[in-house]
Amino acid sequence: MTVESTAARKPRRSAGVKRTAAKKPPGARPDLVQLLTPEGKRVKNGEFDAYVADITPEELRGLYRDMVLTRRFDAEATSLQRQGELGLWASLLGQEAAQIGSGRATREDDYVFPTYREHGVAWCRGVDPTNLLGMFRGVNNGGWDPNGNNFHLYTIVIGSQTLHATGYAMGVAKDGADSAVIAYFGDGASSQGDVAESFTFSAVYNAPVVFFCQNNQWAISEPTERQSRVPLYQRAQGYGFPGVRVDGNDVLACLAVTKWALERARRGEGPTLVEAYTYRMGAHTTSDDPTKYRADEEREAWEAKDPILRLRTYLEDSNHADEGFFAELDAESEALGRRVREAVRAMPDPDRFAIFENVYADGHALVDEERAQFAAYQASFADEGEGKQR
Amino acid sequence: MTAEKMALAKAINESLRTALDADPKVLIMGEDVGKLGGVFRVTDGLQKDFGEDRVIDTPLAESGIVGTAIGLALRGYRPVVEIQFDGFVFPAYDQIVTQLAKMHARALGKIKLPVVIRIPYGGGIGAVEHHSESPEALFAHVAGLKVVSPSNAGDAYWMMQQAIHSDDPVIFFEPKRRYWDKSEVNREAIPGPLHRARVVREGTDLTLAAYGPMVKVCQEAAAAAQEEGKSLEVLDLRSMSPIDFDSIQTSVERTRRLVVVHEAPVFLGTGAEIAARITERCFYHLEAPVLRVGGYHAPYPPARLEDEYLPGLDRVLDAVDRSLAY
Repeated sequence: MTVESTAARKPRRSAGVKRTAAKKPPGARPDLVQLLTPEGKRVKNGEFDAYVADITPEELRGLYRDMVLTRRFDAEATSLQRQGELGLWASLLGQEAAQIGSGRATREDDYVFPTYREHGVAWCRGVDPTNLLGMFRGVNNGGWDPNGNNFHLYTIVIGSQTLHATGYAMGVAKDGADSAVIAYFGDGASSQGDVAESFTFSAVYNAPVVFFCQNNQWAISEPTERQSRVPLYQRAQGYGFPGVRVDGNDVLACLAVTKWALERARRGEGPTLVEAYTYRMGAHTTSDDPTKYRADEEREAWEAKDPILRLRTYLEDSNHADEGFFAELDAESEALGRRVREAVRAMPDPDRFAIFENVYADGHALVDEERAQFAAYQASFADEGEGKQR
Repeated sequence: MTAEKMALAKAINESLRTALDADPKVLIMGEDVGKLGGVFRVTDGLQKDFGEDRVIDTPLAESGIVGTAIGLALRGYRPVVEIQFDGFVFPAYDQIVTQLAKMHARALGKIKLPVVIRIPYGGGIGAVEHHSESPEALFAHVAGLKVVSPSNAGDAYWMMQQAIHSDDPVIFFEPKRRYWDKSEVNREAIPGPLHRARVVREGTDLTLAAYGPMVKVCQEAAAAAQEEGKSLEVLDLRSMSPIDFDSIQTSVERTRRLVVVHEAPVFLGTGAEIAARITERCFYHLEAPVLRVGGYHAPYPPARLEDEYLPGLDRVLDAVDRSLAY
């Protein structure tokens, strides 16, 4: 290529870059389903009001309690990481409404396939929060029975679980059950081939699955603009099923939209994509440093849309909760923090032979052989006291 | 009807049919496995008899096939997945290695993943690129997977039965160039363990260990060597994970010489592991280093060159001569 031709191409290319850079990811505002404004005002929505029409003050307080306790648990886990009790923590700060709203929409017989950040959904499913911490402490890779609460193990590799959810949903349909399946993933995962394939499979088999995408605007350091040229919810259209963008910081809207999507699945109407438009208020994980790639002003703007604050305003304005409720919840939060702290500190390291456990369901000659070698090696230190036995 | 002669592909078809009949949770999934019966017709007629709900034509997405099979297994199904050709498995490699292999351990044993992944493999059929590879070592290297390959119809029938009954994921490598080879299938015989090797020809001077398509080559090599007065034992390993080192050891302690043969590249292949372990186990019995015969560290060549690349009778006998010369 000559110098001239390079120069000739340059302006055209930079003009193209400019065009996209000037434009924010399109479509955010007008298509957003919102039932509760950031100021805590209830707004009418012709399509989705029906799904929360019969919600009681007690249930509203319940959603508030769920969000507060989840945030408290999350803060405790972050502290425990700073204290060296956990190796890593992936905070859900800011995403409480998306997780509690969608989690509370699920039925006991539904099945949930989470990422590694679904602590609020785990709470809704009844998974003991201390069980979530084993993998972050490094004592296991997932410490709960997935079938105990129909809550699959955290999946670390981005997007893989959307296919597991789709397969599971195909099985639900084969069984003739009216359960539904919900797959969680994020804006970053929307670029993964597995997510695209799960859209294809669920669409062609009409699988009863809800794809719940928490678009928290950041995939570690990469903004959503780096993942997609169209709003994520619009991708569903190309696969032949509906996509909806919901205010991910509005717990009522998340509840309503997820209920709607789950009911579609139960009725045999196939998959739905829900994009919960939210914000990761904290770092990607405790190892991340968001000051390197995003402005404080952006976070401050989102703080004004805090999911917990707006429901509190609404509860207070509508006299659904009194001082006593909030005071009691504060005490409950502190008790939860304490319980989690104590449980983590008391969590023992696994037995060294756990390395060889559950590698296979039916056993494997090589694993048996290596376990025996490892045992003999360990036993060789028996005469030397505890020197090598750390 | 106790024993019946049939082609290896037909034996797998019959085994799948038996499994579909016996257990409503068994599913067949893959590209073109339905009406067409698979590109090698291994699933021929199954969709007609068991319906589209159990013999499932999938979208053309290997990761999707394996990923949804995992989900179905979590729901209690026992999917038998077909990957159309060896070289097409890699889009699914992440799901196989990262999820399928590790999920049982991740769940501390609380969930099981009874998924069988069938992969027609190996060369010798004059195919285009990506249709002749032998990637078994890439799977055997991964804890959580079991890897097997039958060499004949009788084994194919029973090993498929056992793979489907296994609560662990099994990668089932089918020697595609032997699909049409006929041998006896005895459906009433009680099979040996899935991962046990078998002596297919007894001998005293040297052990040839092979699996899948190379067993026949080794049997021919042993027959040719016999004419020269050499007595070769041929061991059909049948399983690459776990490998039945005990049976190899027993044989080598008698013959004192071992040559491992596979189509896959020699470097870091199944034969490398066998050479290392048998050297450890049989150091004082061996009269010669363990030798390997296999593919080269080069992409599988165009079809016109594959006879140069694939181990044949002469290359096996050359290795035998080199071993006996020590």
